[in-house]
Amino acid sequence: MLLEAKNISYRYQNGPWILKDVTLSVGEGERVGLVGPSGYGKSTLSKILAGYIKPAAGEVLLDGKELPAEGYSPIQLIYQHPEKAINPLWRMKDILHEGWVPDQCTLNAMGIEQGWLERWPAELSGGEMQRFCIARVLGPQTRFLIADEMSTMLDVITQAQIWELMIRIVEERCMGLIVVTHNEALAQKVCTRIISLPELNKL
Amino acid sequence: MSNTICQTIKKSTFFWQFNLRTRTLAAIAGAFVILTAIAAAGILIDPASYAPQFQQKNLAPSLTHPFGTDWMGRDMFIRTVKGLSTSLWIGLLAATVSSVIAVIMGVAAATMGRRTDSFILWLVDLIQGIPHLILLMLISFVLGKGMFGVWMGVALTHWPILARVIRAEVLAVRNSQYVLAARKLGSSRWKIAVKHIMPHVVPQYIVGLILLFPHAILHEASITFLGFGLLPREPAVGIILSESMRYLTAGMWWLTVLPGASLLMMVLLFDQIGENLRTLMNPSSAQE
Ligand SMILES: Nc1ncnc2c1ncn2[C@@H]1O[C@H](COP(=O)(O)OP(=O)(O)O)[C@@H](O)[C@H]1O
Ligand SMILES: [Mg+2]
Repeated sequence: MLLEAKNISYRYQNGPWILKDVTLSVGEGERVGLVGPSGYGKSTLSKILAGYIKPAAGEVLLDGKELPAEGYSPIQLIYQHPEKAINPLWRMKDILHEGWVPDQCTLNAMGIEQGWLERWPAELSGGEMQRFCIARVLGPQTRFLIADEMSTMLDVITQAQIWELMIRIVEERCMGLIVVTHNEALAQKVCTRIISLPELNKL
Repeated sequence: MSNTICQTIKKSTFFWQFNLRTRTLAAIAGAFVILTAIAAAGILIDPASYAPQFQQKNLAPSLTHPFGTDWMGRDMFIRTVKGLSTSLWIGLLAATVSSVIAVIMGVAAATMGRRTDSFILWLVDLIQGIPHLILLMLISFVLGKGMFGVWMGVALTHWPILARVIRAEVLAVRNSQYVLAARKLGSSRWKIAVKHIMPHVVPQYIVGLILLFPHAILHEASITFLGFGLLPREPAVGIILSESMRYLTAGMWWLTVLPGASLLMMVLLFDQIGENLRTLMNPSSAQE
């Protein structure tokens, strides 16, 4: 499978252009680092790639076709702020099971403890919530994962653990992974290829 | 030393919070019981018990007649309870209808596109721009005064504030990151509406509805007092007050002061329930 972004341009309402003519492609089994200074538009591009927002110009294609508008999306985004990505009125168990029911193996690998499932989001730390956000998007239909500053919330040891696990899952299932980060060192460690957004952007 | 002090403080704040929660629940329950009693009493009271009895005119408050009697010898306590009950039922009906209008308008504004949104916001501004009482008198007058005119008037003028609250809440949840993520996880529109949006809107709705009651009741009483509301033959606090005003100068203070104070008490009870419920439902205090 191939995820392509062709000539993407974007700006918020009538603000300045943030992305201009950005073109990139990611194949399955690839781990691509998307780096750039903060505030440059990395998160905006991630949202466009994942189909959360429509670009002002250009298109996002999966195997040459447009993304499906309904149903479980083959491209999943892991958001920077886990506390905003989960409904504060839901139990963790329901949050985890919204798209698919992860097997015990995935939960163990993510370090999700059984006791956390019955808790409310307010009773978990940001790092613990982020593990749920990762586990819930690893469904069998997921082909591409976009991790937007996914590990900024985590301590160094957990970061290492989670990246190791992500790499294993992505390799096992031959998924594509886009690692969005302002931290080049992290990208060097995790990825097979690095793209610098400022070099792509024709602003 | 400082450790013990710290622990005592912790302990006492814990008890304070515990008491706050219990007290809040007790206040809600107490107010609810009194209001139910008033509502029921109005239906159960035999009209003969406040019929004119000319041998006991103009009595000051006493044990047999706690609110005294009027110029026709009617027992003012029973008349007041009956009047409060009428106000209560009209308030319930009007506030409920009003809150349903608010939900429909709020949800429509948030979900049916820019045009519907600006039209509803314009309507909200329009209604909020005209003084309630004037609009109420107008609607009540057009609909032929009486019971129907009053509750329709109150219902049609009181929805804007709640509609705004509901619109804002629906918009915020609909555009939240977790609803966007839910779509990508394959949740249907229906599931998102019921499981994500409703749990946020329902508590707002309940508190809003209860805080609508006192408004509805006071506005019913005031337009009735001004002669644009219920008809003189209907037992209502507004009628009692406007009839009794003339007797105030004759020294019969109990005819106005006691029914007026009772009306105020009833309104404050509703406010109590609403404010206490808001405290209970506030997510930051509910965690404690
Ligand atoms: N919802 C929004 N509305 C308006 N401007 C926004 C919004 N989100 C981000 N921006 C602006 O777009 C630019 C890029 O933001 P973002 O994509 O979050 O950058 P990054 O993820 O690279 O730090 C920033 O200048 C930011 O202020
Ligand atoms: Mg970002």
